[in-house]
This record gives sequence, structure tokens and C-alpha cells, in this order.
Amino acid sequence: MTTRTATLQNTALALALAAAGLAAAQPQEARAVEIAISCGAVGIELELCREAAERWAAETGNTVEVVSTPNSSTERLALYQQILAAGASDIDVYQVDVIWPGILGTHFIDLAPYTGGIEAQHFEAIVANNTVDGELKAMPLYTDAGVLYYRADLLEKHGLPVPTTWAEIGQTARAVLAAEQDEGLWGYVFQGRAYEGLTCNALEWIDAYGGGQIVDADGEITVDNAAAAAALTEIAGWMADIVPPGALNYTEEESRGVFQSGNAVFMRNWPYAWALAQSPDSPVRGKVGVTTLPAGAGEGAAPTGTLGGWNLAVSRYSEHPEIAADLVMHLVSAQEQKIRAVRGAYNPTMPALYQDAEILAATPFFGDLFDTFANAVARPSRVTGDKYNRVSAAFWESVHDVLSGEADAPTALAALEGDLARIKRRGW
Amino acid sequence: MATSELIRSRRRAAALFLAPMLALLAVVAAWPLGRTVYFSMTDARLSDMGAHSFVGLANFWNAEWGGLLEDPAWWGAVGNTLWFTAVSVGLETVLGLAVALALSVRFPMRGLVRAAVLIPWAIPTIVSAKLWGWMLHDQFGVVNAALVGVGAIDAPLAWTADPTLALWSIVAIDVWKTTPFMALLILAALQMLPGDIYEAARIDGVHPVKVFCYVTLPLIWPALMVAVIFRALDAMRMFDLVYALTGNAEDTAMMSVFARQQLVDFQDVGYGSAASTLLFLIVALMIALVLTLGRVRVGDGR
Repeated sequence: MTTRTATLQNTALALALAAAGLAAAQPQEARAVEIAISCGAVGIELELCREAAERWAAETGNTVEVVSTPNSSTERLALYQQILAAGASDIDVYQVDVIWPGILGTHFIDLAPYTGGIEAQHFEAIVANNTVDGELKAMPLYTDAGVLYYRADLLEKHGLPVPTTWAEIGQTARAVLAAEQDEGLWGYVFQGRAYEGLTCNALEWIDAYGGGQIVDADGEITVDNAAAAAALTEIAGWMADIVPPGALNYTEEESRGVFQSGNAVFMRNWPYAWALAQSPDSPVRGKVGVTTLPAGAGEGAAPTGTLGGWNLAVSRYSEHPEIAADLVMHLVSAQEQKIRAVRGAYNPTMPALYQDAEILAATPFFGDLFDTFANAVARPSRVTGDKYNRVSAAFWESVHDVLSGEADAPTALAALEGDLARIKRRGW
Repeated sequence: MATSELIRSRRRAAALFLAPMLALLAVVAAWPLGRTVYFSMTDARLSDMGAHSFVGLANFWNAEWGGLLEDPAWWGAVGNTLWFTAVSVGLETVLGLAVALALSVRFPMRGLVRAAVLIPWAIPTIVSAKLWGWMLHDQFGVVNAALVGVGAIDAPLAWTADPTLALWSIVAIDVWKTTPFMALLILAALQMLPGDIYEAARIDGVHPVKVFCYVTLPLIWPALMVAVIFRALDAMRMFDLVYALTGNAEDTAMMSVFARQQLVDFQDVGYGSAASTLLFLIVALMIALVLTLGRVRVGDGR
């Protein structure tokens, strides 16, 4: 009897405490909170993110702390994995790459209850990509596809047309270099460091030659083929004369540095580089053209670009997930996408915005390249699941070996096929 | 024979005094090491460390997908690490000895110079790695500008990107950074040498080179070997400089870079722990080898 009373008393006490806790929690929810958001810092990304977040903060009375993260996407993922694996609540909103929802998804909340159905207005493919096990893990912030930047002034000066095949890029670059006789000028810059960016670049070469996407939709390894070898051989042939030797250690910003200081004829990069190349203090302002990456040669050759792009997700460990989700919805709204597109040339993820006059005035190629952005080639991240990072690392190491001349393309691709088969034996 | 009461009480006191130290070591060294060894025999993943099952030695070797012992990337990293350790520690020892001999001579402002020599060692590795990364940059780097300027090379070199140069660049930066540490340890040994031997050698008219070979070197040998072991230990688990300079590139990846990539990038805690465990074993083996070959008993003046 006494025991029972004691239990009842305890229960009552616990209930009272819980009620007190609730009462204490309620006004706290209404009070302003601080939301920490991690933003990329490539180009003027961080500045745009901070301004947009501040607008939300001013509207809602909350405060925002913007955390900047490494530029290399490989390093950024590693950092996220460490923070998230520890279950830390330090960062509420994460900016995640298009290939990460499968890898990090378990750490993020389902955003569907907070969107009010607005995801239907975004590119369907991206929303599908961000949906893991029926849960919307991230909202599209901006999309990306590799594009070709060229020095319109130099091509015009030497009467050369804009290349439409990879081989023509090489020929055009050599022609310009021969005519200019400028020691500091290079033909082509890209992202050649052994990291995720090289996978994006090399996938574009191989896909342009009709060499497939490393692993096909059924999970079969397809990378060891003649078209892929032809693509890698073509680019490897540029390393001796038209590509700066250091390009094998460049990420996006290093290649932009060389191109924007006027030291390269061609550059492969994401659309963000446009706004910076055209900024008032840019030495190449008004001299730059943008077009779709060219086609390869042979059967199945077609212009292509790797699908990139970034999304916003809310951590499961966030102390204020609803408020964090509200910030996400503000940042992915049409009005914020428009500001980013006009000021930073970040591709909107809503098809409707590609007809917006202001956006097209600021970044004319958005209209011309709409098909490139809508049909960009995806990395095999969905089919390889959480083995994607291994697949990508094996791929970029092989490509890096070919570019640095340590192996020829057919040998490296055959070895890569073996490596991938080894990875696949553990299942993907 | 019964031990005396005095000895027993001394042993008890020693055990008592050692206990906190041993407890601390157990917490900060034995526990993490044990956990790593344990995880190396599981299929744990970083995304959900709780859910893992025991897989025995499958991470090290198995018939199905090979395991670590059949992973060419791992053996590449082992090769890089051993090469790096041998070359960098060798160079640092020779240069450190030279610097120490120079600094042991009396000259004006010696204290200031001794302090200044330590600067590369005092700069955090990440800072100096980034600094060197820019100085070695193929387009904007000051090293290329200087070498082209004096005509040593025709065109700028890609020091960190060219696979034939990258490992040498890393060795060069490490030598720049760590020679002061070597010099300091050797200098400490030189300071302890008795002056009367040198006086005797001088009276006998022995050539300075002979004095060095037959007097100085044997006397500082134990200290030198301890310094070499310290450095070799450090070099074998080299991580920060390589990662900051060239990332995960296989041409320069060290064992710890490989382990980190498996653990964090690939979220494969089991496989990464297996690599860490092998790294530990290899380091232990190498140290045992150096100790035997150098005929040094640490703490014993030989």
C-alpha cells in the first residue's frame, strides 16, 4: 500500500515537473532563438547567404549565425559527417550537395510538413533526388551544371569560332596560344585536384563521348569502354601544353583565379563564376562568353554537363527544427532565388524563374542553356548509395593518374573497373 | 629469499604513486586503442555507430573482397609513409646535427640565433602548410618566381600537383619545419659532453674530423637515436602537412590520410579502424627495429 502511494506520488510529481517544463518551454519557443546555418563560401556565396538570412532574421525577430565551411566539397562533407555523427546541435541548417541526401539523410528531418507544397514548383528531378525513403530531406537552394567559359575577345581577335567539340577546344586553345605568344596565358583550366570536382569534370568528358556514367542505372560498372578512353586520352593530351601543370591541384576557385586574372582562354566551371568574371574589378569583365560544354567525338557524342547544385536541410539534432525549417523555406523562396540569380548567377531551381526578365538581363546564358541545366547528367550517387564516395574516389584517382601521365587511359580504366568491382563486391 | 620489509613498503609506495598515472594512461591511451582494435573487427559505419556486428578479421583479409591486405591503395600509402619517413628523418638528422654543431660554438648573439632557429618548429603545421602551398603555387608562387628569376628552371613547376615532385615538396617542407627540433635535441646532448676529452684530443693534435667521428658522435649517439626515434614516430603518423597540401591524392597519401579517408569520407569505421590498427602495428614494429639496430636502450646511457 505504501509502495503504491509512493509510486502515485512520484507519478504526480513527474507530471507536475513535466507540466512545469512545458510551461517553461512554451514562452521560450515564442522568444527569439538563434539559428546556425552553414553556407558555402565559393565565390560570393557566403555574402549572399548572410544577407538573405539577415532578411529572414529581421522579419521574424530571430537571429542567425552563419558558419562558413571548406570550399572543397569533399572536405565539407567530411566536416558535416563528423558534426552529425556526434549528434551535435551546433548547426541547425546544412547546405548539402546534390549527391549527399543519400549519405547524410538519416541525420535530417522530413521537410514536407513545412513546405506547404511549394516543392512542386521546383525542378522535379532535384526534388526526387532529395527524397529519401519517402521523406523530403532537403529543399533545392540552387542548381548547377558545368559550363564552358571562353574569352570572347581572344576568339574574335583571331577569328576563331566558339568550339562545339572537345577536340576543337584543344585546337582553338593551341591556335590562340600560338598567336598570342604570351608566356602567362594558358589554354584551358578546370578542376583537376583529386577530389569530387574532378569526378564532375571527368564525367562530363566521358559522357560527352558517349562513354556512359561510370556505373549505369542498374548498378552495372560501365566505365571501361573505348569512348571513355578516347575522352580521357584527348584531355590528357592537353596537359603538356595548354593546361597549367598546377591544374592537377586546382579546385573551382583556383581555376577561376587563373581565368579571371586573364590567364586562360577556356575554363570549365559552374555558373557562379559568371557574376564574378563580370564584376567591376574583374580584369576580364565584358570579355567572357559562356556556352554549353561541348560534345565529344564518335557515336553517342553529345554536349553535356554534370548536375551539381546545393540544397538546404535541417538537422535532426537541432533544438528548434520548426524555426530552422522556416529559415530554409525563406531561403529557397522564389524571391530569394531571384536575388541570388541576379547578383551571383546562381541557377534558380524553379523553371518559372528562367523566364524572368531581370534574371535573364543579368545572366543571359540562363535562357540559352536552360536545356543544359534541365538535362544535366547525374553522378551515379543514387545507384551506388553510401558506396558513392568510394566509387567517386576510385574514379578521380584513376583520372588523376591518366592526366598526370602515370598511366594511359585504357590501362587506368581497366584497373578502375577492377577497383569498382572490388567495391561492388561489398554491395551497393 | 624473503624481501625485506623496507623494499616491500617502497614497492607499495611506488605502486601508489604510479596508480594515478596508470589510470590516466588507461583512459587516454589504452581505452581509445582498445576501441580502435575492437572496431577493426566490426562492420561499424560512421552514420550509425551503435548498429554493428562482429566480422572477425574480414576487414584485414577475406576471400570475398580482399580486405586491407589486398588493397593497393593501402600499400601505396604504406610505401609513401616509409619513403617519407626514411628520407625526411635522414635529412633532418644530418642537417640537425650540422645546425647543432654550429650552434654549440660560442659566438655573439648565440641565444638570439638559437631562439630564431626554432621559429619554423613553432608555427602550427596547418599554417605553415598553407603558407608553403601558396609559395609553391604554380602560377602565383614566390618559389617559382625566384627560381625562374635566377634561371634555375625554365618554366614554373607545379610543385604540389606533379606526382614526381609532390612527395619531394612535402619532404622539403617537413625538413624545413622539423630540423630545428632535431637540432635542439642534439644541441642538448652536445652541451652535456665533458670538455676534458676535447682538451686531451687537442693536446694530442687529433684532426677535428676524427674528433667528431671518434669522440663526439659516439658520445651523443644515444641521444641522437632517441631523437631519431621521436622523429620517426612522428613521421610515420604524418597527417596534417600532407592533407593540407595535397588532400587525399594517392600519390602522396600517408597511412593516416588513408585511415581518415576510410573513417570519415567513406564512413567505414570498421575498415578505417583496421587501417589504424595496422598503422599502430607497423609503427610499433619499426620502432622495435630501430631500437634493435641502433642498439639503444632508452633511459640507459650505454
